[in-house]
Amino acid sequence: MNKFTTIATAALASMALSNGASAGTLADVQAKGFLQCGISTGVAGFAFTDDAGDWQGFDPDVCKAVAAAIFGDTSKVKYTTTTGKTRFTTLASGEVDMLARNTTWTFSRDTDLKLDFVGVNYYDGQGFMVPTALGVTSAKELDGASVCIQTGTTTELNLADFFRINGIEYEAVPIETNDEAQTNYKAGRCDVYTTDASGLAATRSTFENPAEHALLPEIISKEPLGPLVRHGDSEWADLVRWTLNAMITAEEFGVTSENVDQMATGTDNPEINRLLGSEGDLGAMIGLDKAWAWRAIKMVGNYGEVFDRNIGASTPIGLERGVNNLWTKGGILYSPPFR
Amino acid sequence: MSQSIDYSSPPPQSSFSIGKLWTDKKSRGVLIQLLAMIAFCSVVLYLAGNVVENFEKLGKPFGFEFLQQESNYDINQHLIEYNSQSSHARAAVVGILNTLLVAVCGIILATILGFILGVLRLSPNWLVNRLAYCYIEFVRNVPVLVHILLIHGILVHSLPKPKQAINVADSFFLTNRGFYMPQPVTEPLFWAVIAAFAIGVVYAFWYRRTAKTKQALTGEQSPIFWVMLGSIIGLPILVFFLSGMPLSWEQPELKGFNFKGGMALKPEFLSLWLALSLYTAAFIAENVRSGIEAVSHGQTEAALALGLPRKRTMNLVVIPQALRVIIPPLTSQYLNITKNSSLAIAIGYMDIVATIGGITLNQSGREMECMIIVLGLYLSFSLTISFFMNWYNRRISLVER
Ligand SMILES: N[C@@H](CCC(=O)N[C@@H](CS)C(=O)NCC(=O)O)C(=O)O
Repeated sequence: MNKFTTIATAALASMALSNGASAGTLADVQAKGFLQCGISTGVAGFAFTDDAGDWQGFDPDVCKAVAAAIFGDTSKVKYTTTTGKTRFTTLASGEVDMLARNTTWTFSRDTDLKLDFVGVNYYDGQGFMVPTALGVTSAKELDGASVCIQTGTTTELNLADFFRINGIEYEAVPIETNDEAQTNYKAGRCDVYTTDASGLAATRSTFENPAEHALLPEIISKEPLGPLVRHGDSEWADLVRWTLNAMITAEEFGVTSENVDQMATGTDNPEINRLLGSEGDLGAMIGLDKAWAWRAIKMVGNYGEVFDRNIGASTPIGLERGVNNLWTKGGILYSPPFR
Repeated sequence: MSQSIDYSSPPPQSSFSIGKLWTDKKSRGVLIQLLAMIAFCSVVLYLAGNVVENFEKLGKPFGFEFLQQESNYDINQHLIEYNSQSSHARAAVVGILNTLLVAVCGIILATILGFILGVLRLSPNWLVNRLAYCYIEFVRNVPVLVHILLIHGILVHSLPKPKQAINVADSFFLTNRGFYMPQPVTEPLFWAVIAAFAIGVVYAFWYRRTAKTKQALTGEQSPIFWVMLGSIIGLPILVFFLSGMPLSWEQPELKGFNFKGGMALKPEFLSLWLALSLYTAAFIAENVRSGIEAVSHGQTEAALALGLPRKRTMNLVVIPQALRVIIPPLTSQYLNITKNSSLAIAIGYMDIVATIGGITLNQSGREMECMIIVLGLYLSFSLTISFFMNWYNRRISLVER
């Protein structure tokens, strides 16, 4: 049948076949020797394949950091691409160990869908992109427009709310992937493409003529994007959560992939020392050794490095740090302390 | 324990022994089937048990309450009233109707095209025959998904945007967002036309029955076809004009981004419908050809020799026998159209799989429940089609006396 049903059926089948007894995700991951990570099908800067065919980007980097913490080897990750619609089934059925796929942390996903969000690695909001030729300056002028929208996302729900509340109409053009959205948008099947503003900026950067497309001023929702795991294995959730926190804390204290070796020998900041393992033994508390965070930072970089390398102002995507800056620099990024 | 044995009576005829269960052919058959049944049931039970256990471990309860909740998403093509405040159940109904719409339209178009192609394929004209052959071979050897994507691509990429729409007589507009046409709007007096149609249908069938009885009794023939045509189509048309044409047309009009008013066939529906019909028509054409070829030429000759005119030979001798060969494979083609319509997802046509089996599944996280519903729906569609076609097949099949 079709792609989606196959995935859904496969997921259900694996749900039926996989036997419940397992020692916990970390032990499973260590036993099989690699981390199975769910990512998107492709968004410039966020998840893309390089010339060698390896996955790179803001989201795969989270997977790599976790693999570095566990194995000390960023290549010990296997990726599963998921669409907005298939991602939760893929995670819930155990096909992947974690998801890092610009996924919004919402109440129902965290509770009813039995998933656990471990943090936020990008504070986003939903925006609209239109061709400048349309002369539209506000989303409220979109009455009667055709809107390309990825199905199975928060954005499709926000979209319905936005048009209903403003008493204007639209034609939803449902699509499965970011790629399909681009094709339809460029062909003029829809007037507007709406998704997370970061995704829009990333998508626009791949256009031949980015200047011919504008992001409208309205940001109609909160989209805190972050990695997530299955509900029910708190130890595993802790590991992923604190790997992310380690990268944020590293930026806060100026630990980078360049200077981490030298800092790991000991500094006069006890929190850095605890983070990098020269003081105390935090690693043991999450089932790893002392050097886990050192490895993640060494091999992948701190949060700022990952941001700048993949989606920052110096890349074609050109996203500003904005609210995603550290709390010490005017943003809202804030990691709990390593203590 | 003392037991006296009576040596004079004959030994028991078939003393039971375990070994016999295996050596005896009949009981062995039963035994093997029994074992196979047990094995099958235990696999099913094991899988079901695992599902229940795994769901429990995830902490997901099983139930269909979510169907009552607000769906929160919009569906661009809905044959019944629907908005994002409607329930998931209603969204499912919208999806069901969209699936049925494309399946029924597909079945009708594929049948018409298939019969025409099948007959052309038998044409004595070499060119016509070859053209039909090439069409059939090309179309049925390319996967239907490719046809769908191809037609959708052509519609979306090569047709103009609404502002530059191809305008036919200011009433029909072709754009890459759809094909817009005037929509009939009925006025109060229109009920008279509907009533005339109903009366026409009843009369037509009554007439046909009496005419057949008359023919059976007296051998006299009546112009059944013309009378039926007249009463089913002619009468309503007459009433339509007599009642002052109680029907107006709402024209589509370009307003802002898109056309408003009128009726619209969206490219998603069009491409799915056309692709399914064109593809399946190629298979039906082959069924029709083989059906007609299966009627031996002797039958035609015999009928002609009896003095039946050519047309009646075709209607009374060839077609009824050909249909017997055509109907059973036709059933499976109809089933194929219905099931293949689930490829809708590739182009974003909102059918069952896209609504209840897609967005609802994802937003509510009820994988098992949604897949069970989708499964049940396709199963019931297929069984309904099979049931109907079997009934029709029995009706036309040879009654041996
Ligand atoms: N944040 C929203 C939307 C996520 C989403 O689907 N974003 C798009 C555009 S940025 C995407 O990741 N597409 C990648 C793909 O098509 O695989 C959610 O979690 O529901």
